[in-house]
Amino acid sequence: MSKPRLLEQKFLDYKTSTGFWLYLMTDCVLFASLFATYIVLHPATAGGPTSGEIFSLPMALTETIILLTSSFTCGLALLALRQNNLKQLVIWLAVTYVLGVSFLTIELSEFAALVGDGHSWQQSAFLSGFFTLVGTHGFHIFIGLLWLLVMVAVLFKKGITLKVKRQLGLFGLFWHFLDLVWVFIFTVVYLMGVAS
Amino acid sequence: MWGRLSLDALPHDMITIGGVIGGGLALLAGIAALTYFKKWRWLWTNWLTSLDPKKIGVMYLVVATIMLLRGLADAGMLRAQQAVFAAGDGGPISPDLFQQVFSAHGTIMIFFVAMGALFGIVNLIVPLHIGSRDVAFPLLNSISFWLFVAGMVLINLALAVGEFSTAGWLAYPPLSELQYSPGTGVDYWIWSLQIAGIGSLLSGINFLVTIFTMRRPGMSFMKMPIFVWSVVGCMALVVFAFPILTATLSMLSLDRTIGTHFFTSDMGGNPMMYINLIWAWGHPEVYILILPAFGVFSEIVPVFSKKRLFGYTSMVLALMAITFLSFTVWLHHFFTMGAGANVNAFFGIMTMVIAIPTGVKVFNWIFTMYRGRVKFATPMLWFMGFVVTFTIGGLTGVLMAVPGIDFQVHNSLFLVAHFHNMIIGGVIFGFFAALTYWWPKFTGFRLHEGLGKAAFWCWLIGFLLAFLPLYALGFMGAARRLDSYDASLGWQGLFIVAGVGLLIILLGVFFQVVQVGYSIWKRRELAVGADPWDGRTLEWSTSTPIAEYNFASLTPVIYRDEFWEQKHRSDVKKPVELIEPIRVPKNTGVGAGIGLLAVIVGFGVIWHIWWLALAALLGSIVIVIVATLKEDTERIIGVDEIVATEKKLRGVKV
Repeated sequence: MSKPRLLEQKFLDYKTSTGFWLYLMTDCVLFASLFATYIVLHPATAGGPTSGEIFSLPMALTETIILLTSSFTCGLALLALRQNNLKQLVIWLAVTYVLGVSFLTIELSEFAALVGDGHSWQQSAFLSGFFTLVGTHGFHIFIGLLWLLVMVAVLFKKGITLKVKRQLGLFGLFWHFLDLVWVFIFTVVYLMGVAS
Repeated sequence: MWGRLSLDALPHDMITIGGVIGGGLALLAGIAALTYFKKWRWLWTNWLTSLDPKKIGVMYLVVATIMLLRGLADAGMLRAQQAVFAAGDGGPISPDLFQQVFSAHGTIMIFFVAMGALFGIVNLIVPLHIGSRDVAFPLLNSISFWLFVAGMVLINLALAVGEFSTAGWLAYPPLSELQYSPGTGVDYWIWSLQIAGIGSLLSGINFLVTIFTMRRPGMSFMKMPIFVWSVVGCMALVVFAFPILTATLSMLSLDRTIGTHFFTSDMGGNPMMYINLIWAWGHPEVYILILPAFGVFSEIVPVFSKKRLFGYTSMVLALMAITFLSFTVWLHHFFTMGAGANVNAFFGIMTMVIAIPTGVKVFNWIFTMYRGRVKFATPMLWFMGFVVTFTIGGLTGVLMAVPGIDFQVHNSLFLVAHFHNMIIGGVIFGFFAALTYWWPKFTGFRLHEGLGKAAFWCWLIGFLLAFLPLYALGFMGAARRLDSYDASLGWQGLFIVAGVGLLIILLGVFFQVVQVGYSIWKRRELAVGADPWDGRTLEWSTSTPIAEYNFASLTPVIYRDEFWEQKHRSDVKKPVELIEPIRVPKNTGVGAGIGLLAVIVGFGVIWHIWWLALAALLGSIVIVIVATLKEDTERIIGVDEIVATEKKLRGVKV
């Protein structure tokens, strides 16, 4: 089979990135639904703790800084990709991965602490909304990390191919999108939650 | 080990057992026939693993047709109970079974008949209409189809293993919560819809990208056929509405499986939040169904009137207006929630506003017919029937958009009559018109006209008889979903009329089945060329049967009705065709594999067999990773092969 021509590759890039943008928009609507539900259920604490009583801003801020930094390193990885610098690319992807894992670890330890104190998702509608909204974001991060691992494995096996380039570009979009969603979670859930 | 699953899950009452045996025998007969005629390999290589949207489209239509028969059988049981037995001490259908049947009827008709037919027609027509060879993501398209099939399998499995939801087609909480529906019924409902819904979502993305990026050179947005515009509106709605469904179903299933309190009636849960969310998806869903039907009629009316479409631009604007407005009216499904006079007034007015672009479309179709040479072939009859029934439905809709009136008829049979009026008289008539109109393009022969007309008249008369009495019953106070009522109310006469109407509809279905069978039998006499209706759009310009690659060459488009101008204007020359090698996707079993695993995931979660669900989920993740990394996914059709195919199909030299 002959190699696809450059023009066809460009067209494929265009199609996949258009499709991926649309997918991100659908994810946006998914998060919007969860946000709306969280906001409506926020006062429904059913005798359990309110958001002001259980959220810790320093922890959320740490998570925010880690995730924003991982977005920056993801950007550096894409710059290295553009220069076809395999070594730098893998290093920055590894840094992104480590930051992503630490973010998830902090989030899960926060969840574990809450559950340990008896404030699980079963305690009130507010906590159901909280765990689901933040957990869905965390699940997306988990999927992103899985994707990252597969990409690095492919890079080691095949080097920088057009296909890898395309998929890493999409990964970058995905990762920045999750960052953006987190900024909203930080604002709506944590900052406004502590204030109320 | 096996979660909640035990021998108790097998059906107990005679009606369900009969249904299971009937369905099982039909399935066995199919398997036996395939084995006897040694067609398994043919089925697998030519159909199940195919990534050709034409074949995927046909498979969607086959599934939708089978589901239509199931949905009609459910409808027959409901009507029989209400017409014959319900006045008095109830009939052979227990209240519990009756609730399962109407829940299944609604769910199946919307998700597996209407959505299936919709995606079938879109798969068949959109690539041809925009003059392209394929959809943007062929493998994703196959996965979407198999997720749809997986949802269909799960909902039918509920008949044989366990029970189906008794909470209606939208499963309102708190009734659908664990406290009031502890069985597996609602879980079947959730996972069947969740899986099929994700398939629809992926299809939505796929077709939007297809239309945005793969149009024939020269085909600007304002030169696209109106059907394609209607699909743009429809898929935009899919993309923006289905994630809400995904989120809502997830939250309901979290309530039922891990004990969250989103929609429960205790611990701060808010059932009205569910009802808001489900209708924020559900109202756009109604337009997802009807927009392509509008598109179909916008193609059929000009062809059978021998005139170009009246008011193309206003048609596009109307479609886009409906697309946008359909997100602003969801609250009209529950004016009685008590959101207050101002909120109700806002949503009431927005609902009435939607009638304006819809009216624009009706007038455009009628003005297209005006002074045209109208030919009353079967597709045109469906259109005429549609205009009448759809207008009645639209008027009753505007009536119910007045919150004060809605308080009176809310959840009555008046509402049931209204939405059947829109969905049968609008969507289903549209799909039948599409089927008759495009049938010869894909098979090379026409459907028999006489039988088609007989089917049409049965459907139209049967429909009016079956649903107009429900308007009256609704006014008289009959609530929807009644399995029995007091004989002294005097409703039985009208229910009997409605039952007779259903029988006439079934006669129409019988005529349609005969029509297809007879036409296949007489296919040589009914054979037609590539362009039997003197069509206007690009699909008629290629050969019949259509080659795998649709078009041998992608010549540029200059006019809106390019093919028509080429045929009928002496100053428009047919462009020179340039043949180049064509890439087509290779067959793959990935879609079928993911579909199978999706059924297992759903089954595992429904019955709390967690290891099974987890294993199948991991399996499907692995399949997705392997499939995305696979390199050698395309096959090249060389110039010689194209020339040979074209010679065979068109009988001309290229």
